[in-house]
Amino acid sequence: MHSFSYSRAEEIASAVSKKAVGQQAAKFIAGGTNLLDLMKAKVELPQQLIDINPLPLKSIEATENGGLRLGALATNADTAYHEQVQQQYPLISQAILAGASAQLRNMATDGGNILQRTRCYYFYDTATPCNKREPGTGCSAINGFNRIHAILGTSEHCIATHPSDMAVALAALEATVNVTGTNGERSIPMLAFHRLPGSTPHLDNNLQPDEIITSLDLPPQGFAQHYTYLKIRDRESYAFALVSVAAALDMDGDTIREARLALGGVAHKPWRLPEAEAMLNGKTPTKENFGAVATAYLDGAQGYGDNTFKIELAKRAIVRALLQASSKK
Amino acid sequence: MMNKSEIKTQEKQAASLPAKQWLTLNINGTEKKLELAPWTSLLDALREYLGLTGTKKGCDHGQCGACTVLVNGKRINSCLTLAVMQENKEITTIEGLAQGNALHPMQTAFIEHDAFQCGYCTPGQICSAVGLVNEGKAHTDDDIRELMSGNICRCGAYPNILEAIKQAKGEMNNA
Repeated sequence: MHSFSYSRAEEIASAVSKKAVGQQAAKFIAGGTNLLDLMKAKVELPQQLIDINPLPLKSIEATENGGLRLGALATNADTAYHEQVQQQYPLISQAILAGASAQLRNMATDGGNILQRTRCYYFYDTATPCNKREPGTGCSAINGFNRIHAILGTSEHCIATHPSDMAVALAALEATVNVTGTNGERSIPMLAFHRLPGSTPHLDNNLQPDEIITSLDLPPQGFAQHYTYLKIRDRESYAFALVSVAAALDMDGDTIREARLALGGVAHKPWRLPEAEAMLNGKTPTKENFGAVATAYLDGAQGYGDNTFKIELAKRAIVRALLQASSKK
Repeated sequence: MMNKSEIKTQEKQAASLPAKQWLTLNINGTEKKLELAPWTSLLDALREYLGLTGTKKGCDHGQCGACTVLVNGKRINSCLTLAVMQENKEITTIEGLAQGNALHPMQTAFIEHDAFQCGYCTPGQICSAVGLVNEGKAHTDDDIRELMSGNICRCGAYPNILEAIKQAKGEMNNA
């Protein structure tokens, strides 16, 4: 690894002001599982690491409105196995446990999970052009090996995907990201947190350089009766998603009151279309009804050769996930 | 192109490179004082500075599990954390599992079930398996396979590793 300075932050205010001074040359480190890997690959070269592990952000606590607040520094493992998460938000638990390995989940934090960077081969390979790593150099994936790449919301500048499983479930449940910066606190809905690549693929999300994630809020409705996180990948465990589906249904007998559907592995952010979800309101859980939603979700999808199979795969995965969710007791 | 003042600033930064610092790591029940640069991984600290070469460097990217150690009883990849981040924690490596000459039940089980061929992944497999039993989430063979997926064995000793873990799990839970 390259050389850098290291310091610990004991308070949120001092963490944020240190980061504001260091700007892009400074990085927060928490679990470190993605950042240190990227530093070894020379993709990230911070001059200053600010260790935020001393900050009091590890707790998981009920909120006044009946929801749950996940501290940004709660580990993925502690979150997935937390009793209330398992009971009220089993979709979150299932999504987290579908990702990474037991060792990584013991280290990785909830805030870091949604900030992890793409696993695009070219982003990692500093010998190749990549607009996300080095803006203006071009995208090697569009005409290269792109089996793992995006089919929705892409741009001519970038076809990378967001790799998180947890973020897909958070998007389906309409979680909120709470952040603190030098100008104070604000809350960002999950759907507005990550960005599409457009002409600025170097920006993964809308977090500002001086801001830190403090917690993730889950709303009261956890869809604990009818849910599925379906992850399709090249091997059965410890691999990133080719396509994943977070499906959640609120049902009254055989009638769907509300549906939530978010896709992973297909775009630069968790992919959700509330207007297509609404097609299921008042409907019964049939293959035909779910197929119509699947078609709507993949409307406008574009394959780049190696990844074109994902379009049909995603449609079938949506139908299967919704069928599983609707039959779950 | 950088102007002169920028170059000077860079030189100044290079000249004031963060020096090595003294830190104390609690490893296998013993406090070790070490002078390390901040960018030294826990894995490199163990192997290169403390001579604890039981912990193996496989991929150095968190993908193979050969570097697995226990920190406060929980299994982690020692290649993906900095030594300086692990101060004031209890670190257990493969060298710290045995009690004197008595091997840990997981070590004995790996021997009895011939749960390795070349042995390179074995320290990581054993530390990971001890962490797995501590966590208490594996109830079936499939649970064990899934929760051990962060440890790769390229000799393919998986069936015997599974049997070894099942044996040691029973012994550890009855202990």
